[in-house]
Amino acid sequence: MIGAAREANAIATIAFRDILRFLRDPARLIGTLVLPVIFIGILGGSFQANAGKQLGYDYLLFTFTGIFAQTLFQSTASGLISLIEDRENDFSQEIFISPISRYSIIFGKILGESLVALTQAVGVIGFGIIVHVPFTPERLLGLIVVGIIACLLGGAFGLLLISSFGSQRAANQILPFLIFPQFFLGGVFSPIQKLPIYLDILSRISPLRYAVDLTRDIFYIGHPDYDKVVLHGPGAGPLFNLIIIGAMFTTFLVIGTTLFVRSEKNR
Amino acid sequence: MQQQSGTIVTRQEDKHGESAKTIQPEQGMAATPIISVEHLVKRYKRATTNAVNDISFSVATGSLFALLGPNGAGKTTTISILTTTLLPTSGTVTIAGYDVAKKPASVRENVGIIFQKPSLDLNLTAEENVRFHAALYGLYAFRPAYALMPKEYQHKVQEFATLLDIKEDLFRPVKKYSGGMKRKLEILRSLLHQPKVLFLDEPTSGLDPNSRHSLWTYLDKVRAENGTTIFLTTHYLEEAEQADQICVINKGNIVSFGTPTQIKSELVEEYLLIDAEDRAQLRAELARLKLPFTETPRFKINIEGSQIHKTLKAIETPLTAIETHLPTLEDAYLEIVGEQQ
Repeated sequence: MIGAAREANAIATIAFRDILRFLRDPARLIGTLVLPVIFIGILGGSFQANAGKQLGYDYLLFTFTGIFAQTLFQSTASGLISLIEDRENDFSQEIFISPISRYSIIFGKILGESLVALTQAVGVIGFGIIVHVPFTPERLLGLIVVGIIACLLGGAFGLLLISSFGSQRAANQILPFLIFPQFFLGGVFSPIQKLPIYLDILSRISPLRYAVDLTRDIFYIGHPDYDKVVLHGPGAGPLFNLIIIGAMFTTFLVIGTTLFVRSEKNR
Repeated sequence: MQQQSGTIVTRQEDKHGESAKTIQPEQGMAATPIISVEHLVKRYKRATTNAVNDISFSVATGSLFALLGPNGAGKTTTISILTTTLLPTSGTVTIAGYDVAKKPASVRENVGIIFQKPSLDLNLTAEENVRFHAALYGLYAFRPAYALMPKEYQHKVQEFATLLDIKEDLFRPVKKYSGGMKRKLEILRSLLHQPKVLFLDEPTSGLDPNSRHSLWTYLDKVRAENGTTIFLTTHYLEEAEQADQICVINKGNIVSFGTPTQIKSELVEEYLLIDAEDRAQLRAELARLKLPFTETPRFKINIEGSQIHKTLKAIETPLTAIETHLPTLEDAYLEIVGEQQ
């Protein structure tokens, strides 16, 4: 096997290993499903009961779409961070000394962690069915597509973090500071149409904002609340978000991979 | 046994500047070295001293080479550079003709590595661990299940299972395996792509004596059958003693190099320590007997163990102390390492 075929084979191997490891780890499997359920069920449910009427739209649905994008984004980002620690543990040591490109390793890892995160999406959707989120086949399909996009963006974001912070410990300590504000700045469960200027600037540089808004762009098509929840109005919204996500993904990936490959060997 | 060729140069910095010590290994049946290390230096970022301090050596094809040293000597740094996961600060390393810094992928194709920490995914089966390795090295196209893999692969895995006697456990998670069994599985796996050099980074730490013994029997067989060069790092002297060449490093410097016999003759200092009330008389008598000595302040006479009795019989001055120093290779190793601390 030579060249591109070999790299593609390695990417598939690395990605499949991540999924298999996830499926063989029941504790992690349960843990990743419980958190989104708590967020949507408790937070969404309680807000809907108390403040739903003032908002003028279904808050549970709003939270559901926000958490859906946030879960996938964050899960893939955290998965990528394990890449640093992994290179000194278990089979990952083998991956780093195998004759494949470092770029393939990173891409395989982003792909694998994205697929792992997508299994969580199944859990989130399952919970959505229980709390009567109005699914249609088109909406489900749309969620899966935007879910993949949110994962890839989260993966590239995670890569940028590990390449900038060098150690998993540092990256893990920084991650909450970079993720938690994005819960609010990205409009995961709070409306962000009207923000003071300084928060608006921060919001516009938050990657999660675009993943969340894209999810709502797609999910709310044909829904009466569409205009109240999306940020950029009908028509242009999805395309605008896609362009920004594409640009962020490419920038994070190129800078992240370059820095990571360099820092990995120049210790 | 093949001899390594070339000159081993070690440099140790002292406060007056740099002093160089040159060790000439025996010239002999010079073979093309499979590993060649020249003036290798590694200084980690923000470190004030070199983790590896200008070392040079070569390893003959097919030999068993041991890099021996205490913890923190620079063994893992050296092996990391040799296996392309770390860039050297300066110096060159070639393996199977490829420069590790310029052609890392070609080097990786030619080497197999057994890491200090286990490199198996414990939740995956032995077969899955082997399959992932084979796919990463491009030996077979990856398939998500054993049954979908080519017949040739399945045949090879069955062969492995027979060899390891794990036919029944092949599809069970590796975490059920014993420590020795896991190590063997790692070695088998690393030999799948037929590497020219097999690196073993402290392979037997954490194994019981039985497992260690059986692992070495197995490695000897691998070497005899495939002509694989084995590069071993260890802090167990008895493991290094089986090597064709031993390179003792400490604090990033080579402190000794050669065959186990050479190392022993170079490092092991046998002597007799004596003392007397009348030191002047003893001094005069030793001079008369033509026995070279140094006063420490006791009288130290370099002498082989077999000559002790004869020497003592010849001395007539009443002695107040007699002490012999007949260290084993292990004592000598500990002394060298201790001196450097």
